[in-house]
Amino acid sequence: MNVTTLAEPGVTRVELEGSIDGKTAPQIREELSAPLQQVQKLIIDMSRVDYLSSAGLRLLLVLYREISARNGKLVLLRVSPEIRTVMSHTGFLSFFTLADSQQEALHAFAA
Amino acid sequence: MRHNNVMESRIDYYPTDERQGFRIRRGRPLPFGTTIVPNGVNFSVFSSSAASCTLVLFRKHEPRPIVEIEFPKEFRTGDVYSMIVFDLDYEDLEYGYRFEGPWDQGSGQRFDQTKILFDPYSKVLGGRDVWRKETDPSDIYPYRSRLIFDDFDWENDHALETPLQDLVIYELHVRGFTAHPSSNATAPGTFAGLREKIPYLKELGINCVELLPVFEFDEWENSRKHPETGEQLLNYWGYSTLAFFAPKAGYAATGRLGMQVDEFKAMVKELHRAGIEVILDVVLNHTAEGDHRGPTLCYRGIDNRSYYMLTPDGYYLNFSGCGNTLNCNHPVVRNLVLDCLRYWSAEYHIDGFRFDLASILDRDQNGAPLSNPPLLESLAYDPVLSKCKLIAEAWDAGGLYQVGSFPAYGRWAEWNGKFRDCVRRFVKGDPGLVWEMGSRIQGSPDLYQHRGPSASVNFITCHDGFTLHDMVSYSYKHNEANGENNRDGSDDNASWNWGCEGESPDCQIQALRRQLMKNAFCLLLLSNGIPMILMGDENGRTQRGNNNSYCHDSELTWMDWTLVQHNTDLLRFVKKLIIFRKTHAALRAGEFFRNIDYLGVGIPDISFHGTTPFSPDTSQGSRCIAWMLCGKYANPAHEDIYVAVNSRWDSVTFQLPQASDGALWKVVVNTSMPAPEDIYDACCAPAIHDSKHVIVGGRSVMVLTAGQSAA
Repeated sequence: MNVTTLAEPGVTRVELEGSIDGKTAPQIREELSAPLQQVQKLIIDMSRVDYLSSAGLRLLLVLYREISARNGKLVLLRVSPEIRTVMSHTGFLSFFTLADSQQEALHAFAA
Repeated sequence: MRHNNVMESRIDYYPTDERQGFRIRRGRPLPFGTTIVPNGVNFSVFSSSAASCTLVLFRKHEPRPIVEIEFPKEFRTGDVYSMIVFDLDYEDLEYGYRFEGPWDQGSGQRFDQTKILFDPYSKVLGGRDVWRKETDPSDIYPYRSRLIFDDFDWENDHALETPLQDLVIYELHVRGFTAHPSSNATAPGTFAGLREKIPYLKELGINCVELLPVFEFDEWENSRKHPETGEQLLNYWGYSTLAFFAPKAGYAATGRLGMQVDEFKAMVKELHRAGIEVILDVVLNHTAEGDHRGPTLCYRGIDNRSYYMLTPDGYYLNFSGCGNTLNCNHPVVRNLVLDCLRYWSAEYHIDGFRFDLASILDRDQNGAPLSNPPLLESLAYDPVLSKCKLIAEAWDAGGLYQVGSFPAYGRWAEWNGKFRDCVRRFVKGDPGLVWEMGSRIQGSPDLYQHRGPSASVNFITCHDGFTLHDMVSYSYKHNEANGENNRDGSDDNASWNWGCEGESPDCQIQALRRQLMKNAFCLLLLSNGIPMILMGDENGRTQRGNNNSYCHDSELTWMDWTLVQHNTDLLRFVKKLIIFRKTHAALRAGEFFRNIDYLGVGIPDISFHGTTPFSPDTSQGSRCIAWMLCGKYANPAHEDIYVAVNSRWDSVTFQLPQASDGALWKVVVNTSMPAPEDIYDACCAPAIHDSKHVIVGGRSVMVLTAGQSAA
C-alpha cells in the first residue's frame, strides 16, 4: 500500500494501491490524517485499487464527510468497473463525484 | 491507529489475561452477541444450563479454527458468558461456540460439544453467501457467525410513518421480483435489483412493500426432487429462519463480499426516498433446526429448554407445522424477539412487520393460548417500535384461528383471511354473500368493531395460494412439480377456470378472465382497510396453477417483466384505480362508517342499494351489491361514489340513488368495457345522460362519481 500526496495547484491528490480492507484502512487513515488536515479539494486516484472491503468503503465515506465538513470536495479518479458496481449496490457510490481523467476531476472542482 | 484519548485512558482498554496467544479480559454480559469495543470484540452468549462454554474463532472460510478459548469461570455473570478478545481482524473473523452439558431426551437437554454453534445474535451469518451455491458437506461449521460494521450513512432518512389506512401494500419476493432475465436488472434477484425497480413500483402507485422472509435461511432445506426433471427442490420462500438478526446474504449482489447489510440498507433508504415503506414478513414461530431429527446448529445446543416448547417427555411441540415451536413467551426468548424487531426497526429503518403464524406468539410455554400474552403486550407498548406497523397472520398450524380476535392492544392489524374468502367467492359468482360483502367493503366491522377498518389487511391473493390470474384460470391446484403427488397446498381456493383449465386460446375466455381480475381489483381497492397486492398480479402473472410454490426458484415463481408490455390493459387499470383510491379519502377512512346521516346532508356516509336505491338484495340467491359513499363525510371532502357489482352471468339494471345536491353521475369504471373505456380519469369520465339508472353487464363492476371532485 502506497500513499503519495502530490501538490497540484490548490488540489491534493492521493494515490491508493492494492486492497483497502480491515487491515489497511486504519493505516491509510492514520497516514492521511496529517497531510489532509486543511485540504478542501481532494482527488483520490483509485486506478490501482483492486479490492475495497466494507472497511474500505467506510474509509472513503469518512474522508468524504471530513472534506464536506469544511465545504470541500472529493473526487474519485478511475474507479474500476467492479468496484464501481460494489459501491453502487451498497449505496456508497451516490456520495462521490467520479472522474475518468485528472482533467475531468479538476473540472469537477470548478463546477 | 488513532484513538480517542478518553478511550485510551479507560481501564478496560487493556487485556487482563492471555490464552493461547490471544489477549482477553472479562466482557460485558449485555448486549448479547458481539460488540466492537476499543481494541477488541466483546462476545456475550446466554445458556441457563450449560456446564461450560468455549469460544471458537476462525479466519474467514478456513476449515479449521485458529483458536478455541474456554470462557474462564469468573467471566460468567449469571447465565451469561462474556469475554473481550483483543486485536482481532473484524473483517476476517468467524466465530462460534461449543457448549458442554447433558444430552438427555427426557429432560429436554440436547447439548453436543462436538458441534460448533452459531450465535443467536449473529448480525451476519456466513455459509449461504451466494444463492444456490454448492455447499461443502464436510464443513465442521456450516453456518458461521460474523461481525459487521453497523454504521451506515442514512443522511436524513427515517421511517415514513404513513397512516395505516393510507397504505397500499405490495407483497413481493426479493429474489423473484427481478430474477427473471426480462427484468433487465444489473443485479437480478437481489436487494440491489429491487432498488433498480423502484421507479416501476412508484409508477404503479403502491406505497409499501412487504418482503417475504429476508432473515438468513438455507435455500437448500428441502429433501424433495422435481418429479420430472429430478432437480433438487428448494426452500425458495424462506419461511425457516436460521438467524433472526442476519439478512439473507444470497439476496445480496454483494453477499459474496459480506456486504449484504449495506446493500439492504441502501435499498431501504432508496425506497423511503420514493415514499415507499418497507414491511418485513418475519418468521418468529420456529427455527430451521426442525424436530428431534433435525440438525444442531444453534438454539438446540445452547439452551433447548429455553428456546423451544417441549412436551413433558422432551420432544418438540409443533404448532408451526415445521417441526418445532419457538418458545416466544419464555422471558429470554421474548427478549430475543424484542431485540430482533428493535434492531431491524432502529438499524435498518424498517417500517413494520408481518408476523408469520402470529398466533404462536400468544401461546404459553406449554402451548396453551394466553389471554394476555406478555410478548404481544411488550411489542404493542415497546418504545422503539411504537410507530411500527404490526400485522398478524392471526392463525397457526396448531389450530388456533384468531382472525378478529387476535390480542391487538389497539396496535395490531391482521391479515383478513375472511376478506379473501368472501371476495373470491363473490367474484366467482357464489350466491348468498351480499350481507357479508357489505361488511368486508367497510373494513369488516363484524370482525374489528372496536379496532377500526385499518385493523383489516385486505387481500385476495398472497404468496400462499393461487395468483390472481390463476384464481380465474384454474378450478383445481396443480402442484405435481412439488414432488408430493399434488397432495400439498390448499384445496379450498374458491377459484374457477371459466371453461378451460389453464391457459386458453379462446378470446372470450381470455376477455372474461381479464374482466374478473379487474372486478377483483375493484373490490380490493375500493374497500376500506389496507389493501395488499401480490407481486405481479397487476400484470396477470401465472404460476401455472401451482398454489404452493414455496419450492420453486424458476420462471414459475419469478415476475415475468414481459407481461408489463403484454398486459398493459390490466396494469393501466390497476394504476388508475390506485390513484382513484388515493384521491378519495372515503375509501381510506380511519374509522368505520356509521351508516347514518349524521351530518344532516340528506344521505348517510355509506348506504347500500340493489336494483332499486336503498333496497339491497341480501337474499340467498343474490349476486348483486351496490353501495354509495357520500363524499361530504370524507376528509378532504370529494364527490360521491357509487359502486355496483354484478356477479350474475347476465346484465342487470340498477336504478341510481340521487347524489348529493342532485349532481349528475359519471362513469369512472366499467369492467365490462375494453380498455381504455374500462377506466377513466376523474376529469374525463362520461356523464350518464339521465342519471337515473345504469345497466351493469354480467360479471362486471361499475364505479360512478357525482359532484365536485376533491381539490
